[in-house]
Amino acid sequence: MGEAVGKRRAIVDQSVCVACGCCVKVCPIGAIEIIKGVKARVDQTKCVGCGKCVKECPASVIEIQEVKA
Amino acid sequence: MKKHWYDYLWILSVLYLTLGFFNILFAWLGLFCFFIPLIISLGFGTKGYCNRYCGRGQLFGLIGGRFGLSRKQDVPRWMKSRAFRYGFLIFFMSMFLLMLWNTWLVFAGARDLREAVTLLWSFRLPWHWAYHGTILHEGIAQFAFGFYSIMLTSTVLGLLTMILFKPRSWCVYCPMGTMTQMICRAKAGPEGKAAAEKIEGKAVPGGGL
Ligand code: SF4
Ligand code: SF4
Ligand code: SF4
Repeated sequence: MGEAVGKRRAIVDQSVCVACGCCVKVCPIGAIEIIKGVKARVDQTKCVGCGKCVKECPASVIEIQEVKA
Repeated sequence: MKKHWYDYLWILSVLYLTLGFFNILFAWLGLFCFFIPLIISLGFGTKGYCNRYCGRGQLFGLIGGRFGLSRKQDVPRWMKSRAFRYGFLIFFMSMFLLMLWNTWLVFAGARDLREAVTLLWSFRLPWHWAYHGTILHEGIAQFAFGFYSIMLTSTVLGLLTMILFKPRSWCVYCPMGTMTQMICRAKAGPEGKAAAEKIEGKAVPGGGL
């Protein structure tokens, strides 16, 4: 897995997250958590940017962004 | 990923709809889908019901995801707006109250039992085969017909948006989901909200959204 260029990370647009938890279920490394039933939060130190949560999110509020390592 | 017992609760959702087809009084069991999420959110301040146990969400995920009966397109922007989600919640709850009122009328003897299931608040489907009488009051049966109507209607809406959009797009505007999130938001308060946002912002170098 190439991590050469910028690292890819999932970013949640929390203002429109419905806290359904579909992203949590699908994340292979448990990098997402629903905080107090209000919104999803990605642990940026764990996320590997695989994009599974992006596909799954019923509200389509997750994006993969390149972040500088 | 490891499967847990609660990943199979979709079976109960299928069972529920099936049982109601044969005996409408089973519709009463649907109250669990109403009270459990509320109890979890009020008691623990989480959307644990949605996040783990909701069989309906799992069912849509299964049919739309695994079986591929979904276009897997993004929901339109308005569908995830608070205006629409809260509006739908209010509409849904009004219809719920109306159903309770109709039940009350039967209890009070002001109206006869209607052995029908109403789909999408408009279409009356015959359902008399599922009623075999009750030793209790007919109002008990009226509530069952009314509650089953609500459950069937939300399933049909959910299946529709499952096909059109992402498998679990019902969860975007599901009244129980919206309501439990509202409760959690109120319980978490401004500090809870700030906490959820702050840590996210801090961990993203330069990525303040
Ligand atoms: S799947 Fe999307 S809407 Fe649901 S909790 Fe995750 S980010 Fe929020
Ligand atoms: S991109 Fe992959 S690793 Fe990162 S949060 Fe989403 S599912 Fe988990
Ligand atoms: S939003 Fe509704 S359908 Fe989706 S998981 Fe929650 S209660 Fe179930």
